[in-house]
Amino acid sequence: MNDLSPNALATGLGAGCTDAPVLRERGQREVFCGLTGIMWLHRKIQDAFFLIVGSRTCAHLMQSAAGVMIFAEPRFATAVMEEKDLAGMVDAHDELDATVERLLARRPDIKMLFLVGSCPSEVIKLDLSRAAERLSTVYHPDVRVLNYSGSGIETTFTQGEDACLASLVPELPELDTDEPSLLIAGTLADVVEDQFARLLDELGVGPVRFLPPRRSDDLPSVGPSTKLLLAQPFLGDTARALTERGAQMLSAPYPLGAEGTTDWLKVAADAFGVTDEHFDNVTRPGRERAAKALAPHREKLDGKSAFFFPDSQMEPSLARMLHHECGMDIIEVGTPYLHKGLVHEELAQLPIGTTISEGQDVDLQLDRVREARPDITVCGLGLANPLEAEGLTTKWAIELVFTPIQGYDQAGDLAALFTRPMNRQTRLKI
Amino acid sequence: MKLTVWTYEGPPHVGAMRIATGMEGVHYVLHAPQGDTYADLLFTMIERRDARPPVTYTTFQARDLGSDTADLFQSAARDAYERFQPNAMIVGASCTAELIQDDPGGLAQALDLPCPVIPLELPSYSKKENWGAAETFYQMVRRLAMPRSDNLPDGPSCNILGPTALGFRHRDDIREIVGLIERMGIRVNIVAPMGATPQDLNRIADADFNVVLYPEIADTTARWLERQFGQKRTSVIPIGVGATIDFVREVADFAGLDAEAFLADERSNMSWWSRSIDSNYLTGKRVFVFGDATHAVAMARVARDEMGFEVVGLGCYNREFARELRAAAKEYGLEPLITDDYLEVEAAIEALQPEMVLGTQMERHIAKRLGMPCAVISAPVHVQDFPARYSPMMGFEGAAVLFDTLVHPLVMGLEEHLLHMFREDFEFHDEAGPSHLGHGTKVRTVDDETIEITIEETGGWTGDAERELKKIPFFVRGKARRNTEKYAAEKGLSAITVETLYDAKAHFSR
Ligand code: SF4
Repeated sequence: MNDLSPNALATGLGAGCTDAPVLRERGQREVFCGLTGIMWLHRKIQDAFFLIVGSRTCAHLMQSAAGVMIFAEPRFATAVMEEKDLAGMVDAHDELDATVERLLARRPDIKMLFLVGSCPSEVIKLDLSRAAERLSTVYHPDVRVLNYSGSGIETTFTQGEDACLASLVPELPELDTDEPSLLIAGTLADVVEDQFARLLDELGVGPVRFLPPRRSDDLPSVGPSTKLLLAQPFLGDTARALTERGAQMLSAPYPLGAEGTTDWLKVAADAFGVTDEHFDNVTRPGRERAAKALAPHREKLDGKSAFFFPDSQMEPSLARMLHHECGMDIIEVGTPYLHKGLVHEELAQLPIGTTISEGQDVDLQLDRVREARPDITVCGLGLANPLEAEGLTTKWAIELVFTPIQGYDQAGDLAALFTRPMNRQTRLKI
Repeated sequence: MKLTVWTYEGPPHVGAMRIATGMEGVHYVLHAPQGDTYADLLFTMIERRDARPPVTYTTFQARDLGSDTADLFQSAARDAYERFQPNAMIVGASCTAELIQDDPGGLAQALDLPCPVIPLELPSYSKKENWGAAETFYQMVRRLAMPRSDNLPDGPSCNILGPTALGFRHRDDIREIVGLIERMGIRVNIVAPMGATPQDLNRIADADFNVVLYPEIADTTARWLERQFGQKRTSVIPIGVGATIDFVREVADFAGLDAEAFLADERSNMSWWSRSIDSNYLTGKRVFVFGDATHAVAMARVARDEMGFEVVGLGCYNREFARELRAAAKEYGLEPLITDDYLEVEAAIEALQPEMVLGTQMERHIAKRLGMPCAVISAPVHVQDFPARYSPMMGFEGAAVLFDTLVHPLVMGLEEHLLHMFREDFEFHDEAGPSHLGHGTKVRTVDDETIEITIEETGGWTGDAERELKKIPFFVRGKARRNTEKYAAEKGLSAITVETLYDAKAHFSR
């Protein structure tokens, strides 16, 4: 084990949960499909458009998943397949070409188009990679057309981003220098990205590039001198594709909480030969601010218990942060997919005895949470109100994906997401 | 393939969920991939329900395809029965499962569960949410209805049909209409689907007639009940004072009661509020009405006859009821707009420049973009359409609620005059909405780009005329521009001057 975390060693937890048995369940899953990643991806890459090739269900999901309809004209849409597309009465490829033509005529600002596969398009084996290739030729050089699958039969929630970024990897230019550079993969809020860029610059780590970029013509280059640091724990396929292009993967916990951020930055700093002293000096203000922001929350969360339903694959990282930095007891860490290779730094820091569950059987898991009666339950939107009605305090998991929570200056905000529901419970007298 | 950004209706299995979730003692086993579970949040978040919808999803994955998706369905159905012990089960497929053709109905039948199992065939690639709800209700009633009992209490009775989970104001409409009907001295046999159990559906034939509150959901069922049991069905939708009076008359006629004696004691504040002098400013406001056909048609009548508005556009998104909407549009002398393409609706509103939009959440957004006031009068629903307070749309109280709903977004009487008089007051700028809506309400005006394009197209507004036009408050400026241009075109004028503007004003004065 390559444990770079001073914290894990200091607390004597050693291997923690890395080798703990995992409860694998295969029942009903109450999770989003990978299409949902478009919710943030379409705002992150400002000149990209996401065209789902799917059904009315897919379109309805996109409209409903954000809880409200976000009505700034979105850079996504659904090409809804109809009976005639399925019955072979028309060539689905011709239909798709016509749809894309209409779309691009309406949105001349679009420079990159993702054709996003769904369950129906996968089941009827509509070959979107062929379509992407064909359309790329037609619209070259104005628009690049790529494809990936966000279907629910293959991807869960954040895996959609993984599939999207993996589809970008072959597009990245070859890096033709031996000088090391850092590539940070995984969507971060712009504000967080800027903070990290500043810190890394002060540390003398660089050049630093981010994937996905904010504009499609600003793709980072990659090659054997690239050092890859993941900002999100759900990027297995992207990481594999990048290492196949020569990138060297750095293994770290994820930048959630003050310690998580320090550990994450330290891995990058070590890879670029930054001295401990310099690292300490540069990160001190951030660490101090984070500690200060976390303190009042720690007071409220210390000794309280948390239970995670599977959602974003960020659960092990969040659990680690709540346990180490806020003193919480973790009852169960549910995750849709446990990629041990990507989260072993996190698992190592979870106390022995924590239940780690992968996949889901939602009814059984509900039985467990009712039995355990945690102080806070992190779950999806379909479960939150029903559990509140049963007297459990909940936190919507989706907010953890839609809020800037990474880095020193967001550590307090992250903890606040958990204290707020509890705070509310104590205020309300009705 | 149809390019879709926003949709008015979900897929048909969401309609089936609305039936199952509204009812009690029903469980729905849906063959569907994991992502389709998003539909739960419609009920738990938008409607704020305090329990999960009674739906089990099989959540099959790619690796299950071709091998054991059928087994998966059967074990899901068996487990769901064990755990939830429903009185009836409905089973079906979502869009993806439809393609793999596992036949959920046959698979469930083979399990021989100790409760009625009703298979649903909801074609996802041609039908939509309302149709799915109607079909589900129909299949359930067909399966569960028993012959009329011989041993019934005296006096007239009816069923109230149509309300579902996630329905626009259904919760409060039912309370209002049940109250109205009971005050008339009619016994309500069952209200369904919302609130009904499978056992209630067993005795649906015990009523003398059916009140169809939401034809989108209950029409198919009510027609079948009419054929099967000779139960008459109501045709008037009690939205607005006039329609509620008509509704009472229709119901009284079915029940053999005296409507006029009953109506003498019923009141709606709406009648006086609308007649009161303060409402003068509502006169002739040009409104665009869009929604499901039933709500759109009903609201057009309220708008014209009870608010004194002028209906300038009328449309619906559900083709199943296009005939009803066309008939109504004809009565108003309008071209009906029947489309589920939100961009088409947007274009229609932009072209008509109404002074107010009565629509769905989609039109609320369109209106916001175009700087027009809007009131929401129809599904699709949004969390705001489930207010904490009692707010029916139907019946006499519903009419009063409607009055408030329609007046709220508008600039109030005297305020409107002051805006006309003192256009140059810096606080009357175009971004300022009605004062009672607070400073947060930003209203967008016709932007400069549009203005330039128009100048080219029409042969030109002179600078003076353009400046004069800007002195007209934003909420009537679109109409003034349109009228002036129309006038100029009719007269074959090449340039629009301040004179043209006022000539047009006189020409169109009403
Ligand atoms: S699970 Fe499949 S069918 Fe359902 S919304 Fe996601 S991609 Fe579409």
